[in-house]
Amino acid sequence: MADLETFRAETRDWLEANCPPECRGAAPGEAEMVWGGRNAVFPTPAHKVWLDRMAERGWTAPEWPREYGGGGLNREEAKVLASEMRRIKARPPLYSFGVWMLGPALLAFGTEEQKQRFLPPIVRGEIRWCQGYSEPGAGSDLASVQTRAVNQGDHWIVNGQKIWTSYADKADWIFCLVRTDPEAPKHLGISFVLFDMATPGVTTRPITLISGKSPFCETFFDDVRVEKENLIGTLNRGWDVAKALLAHERTMIGAMGDTGVGRPLGQVAADHLGLDEAGRLDEPLLRARIADYDIDAAAFRLAMERAGDQMKAKQAHPAIASMLKYYGSELNKRRHELAMAAGGSDALEWEGERSNDGQAARDWLRTKANSIEGGTSEVQLNIIAKHLLQLPGA
Amino acid sequence: MPLILTEEQIMLQDAADGFLKENAPIAHLRRLRDSRDPDGVSRDLWRGFGEMGFSGVVIPEQDGGSGLGAVEAGVIAESLGRTLTPSPFMGSSVLAATVLKAAGSQTQKPWLGRIAAGEAILSLAVDEGPKHAPAKIAARAERSGNGFKLNGAKGFVLDGHVADALIVAAQTDEGLTLFLLDPATPGLSVERTVMVDAHNAARATLSEVQVDADAVIGAVGEGRGPLDAALTLGRACAASSLVGAGDQAFKATLDYLKTRKQFGRLIGEFQALQHRAAYLFTELELAKAATLAALQAIDAGRSDAEQAAGIAKAKAGRVAELAVQEAVQMHGGVGMTDEFDVGLFMKRVRVLNELLGDAHFHAERLARAQGF
Repeated sequence: MADLETFRAETRDWLEANCPPECRGAAPGEAEMVWGGRNAVFPTPAHKVWLDRMAERGWTAPEWPREYGGGGLNREEAKVLASEMRRIKARPPLYSFGVWMLGPALLAFGTEEQKQRFLPPIVRGEIRWCQGYSEPGAGSDLASVQTRAVNQGDHWIVNGQKIWTSYADKADWIFCLVRTDPEAPKHLGISFVLFDMATPGVTTRPITLISGKSPFCETFFDDVRVEKENLIGTLNRGWDVAKALLAHERTMIGAMGDTGVGRPLGQVAADHLGLDEAGRLDEPLLRARIADYDIDAAAFRLAMERAGDQMKAKQAHPAIASMLKYYGSELNKRRHELAMAAGGSDALEWEGERSNDGQAARDWLRTKANSIEGGTSEVQLNIIAKHLLQLPGA
Repeated sequence: MPLILTEEQIMLQDAADGFLKENAPIAHLRRLRDSRDPDGVSRDLWRGFGEMGFSGVVIPEQDGGSGLGAVEAGVIAESLGRTLTPSPFMGSSVLAATVLKAAGSQTQKPWLGRIAAGEAILSLAVDEGPKHAPAKIAARAERSGNGFKLNGAKGFVLDGHVADALIVAAQTDEGLTLFLLDPATPGLSVERTVMVDAHNAARATLSEVQVDADAVIGAVGEGRGPLDAALTLGRACAASSLVGAGDQAFKATLDYLKTRKQFGRLIGEFQALQHRAAYLFTELELAKAATLAALQAIDAGRSDAEQAAGIAKAKAGRVAELAVQEAVQMHGGVGMTDEFDVGLFMKRVRVLNELLGDAHFHAERLARAQGF
């Protein structure tokens, strides 16, 4: 415990000295998030400094082993780092599907050579990854993927189409589910492969969402050459990798909501609606709903922490990720409905500087995808019913 | 501190579950209720609780207790929630013991050893109206002779009618003050209130009750600190009992979904019920996390422990309420019968929800703390 307190003190000093003021404050808007990659965009030079400093310590991936560029922290140290970052409202130096999704799958399924090759650039934010999972005919029923990889000896030729590929137009590499055995039962003919989005034959087309933004793309593969050394795990057993990665994706989506760092929702509402003489929000029924939300949000953050501790202690059921995904995404939708109600007609503005080009409304609409992406809420409930509760016929 | 129980805490959980299953299963509650037992609680069982070291769980070893913490108290409270056992544990071991531990004088502290041994039952009298409102205590204590004269009325006093001593919160000119009263003191009348869940409570009326100065616990006007400490631990332990009761009702429901057949199929095959069960499971996991976090925060002496206990109480209350309603609904007609246990869980959860502030009370406090 004394060691942990020493670590806390050192971490606090280091963060204080190294986190630039530009990288502190409430949760960043989309334009201020740093995603890294070959064409990385930094809102200010300080954002690059912050990323480089954190990456050098491996703290963009605090719990990964040091030999792959990670921070090598144990769970308790990682919690201390997170709490110290929250204390000074330090923003994440890097937003990364590589860190959140691919990395954990590589650590579990990759060869030593693959880990050495792919993990350090993820930690440093040099390569930006996207996820080639969903297809037009494979949404909730993901194992129906039809994108074909045909064996050509030392490589495959891939043809097909993906959809809802987040940031495919900005990503450098893709981790992708392809069908390598069309004769096998659907779960047993899938492989998990990696390839460069700059490979000839890869094209992307952004999809405009109800938010007016285009975080997702359609992605087309037309005779794309994929090297066999980029197969992760066993041939035709990609579903195992896919499922493990999905658990990380679901946990990530579940955690996307209220982190408890920014201004409490009730105070944001008070900014718009004012307080009465007793210091209460001037809309009693809305106030009650926000207070109920706060209770659930606080309990959910603790449930996430507990699930992480259970995983570390090997006491967690793998389907626990479905529980977090389900609750977190529904909670986030609820938060944004309340934020819209609190904003009233101010939150309805779609353009212009005053509304930051309609950020409140666009964020609100974006959250509607939370309970669809990464498996719908209904699929998560099915998984909980079947695997955790072992209900018959589920 | 990871949000999981340590090995020692799991051993304690097994011991408490085992003891209660053996000595006080739900049949024990039914026996006390159906025989209209005048005490509504078993002194023998309470002594057994003392022998097991449960009664003195948070009482320091030098005072005769086990010297453990809030998490351990919560573990026992959760077990009591599973078996619905009527027990002086909340009133004596959690509330009264915390007050006396924090502020008891040398002549008052021996009560701690008697609680720990399962010999004494103590009660804390805080509530006055139908809702928990410890900030609005109206009972008065005026200086009189070498002590005080107390007037007021208290309700929802756990085990008040069988208490060997009562701790009463009353206002003095100096502020809120706690008094330790002998139930035989003239002017103090205690009336048992038979409650919906067949657990113990009483109303206490204080009419010109004269006490000496040494009845004061701690300093005059400084009752708020020890009272808040007791309420915080009490709320976290009530949350534990709610988790225990809610989880047990859920388990029974899950078993029923796997055995009951209608339309030629197990009813657990119906997706309409599967999704509700999955949702309830998820909510229970949140309640468990919030409750354990509050108990750990108390043990760590964290400044947000009081708020954490409020969050836990509110969350566990709401979730347990959902669990018992789903339990009755999914059991169908048998869930409405007295013979079946799920109705007992529904009654107990209603009482635990009201105890030490319901979800509305704690959501209101959280909103105030967040500045809106």
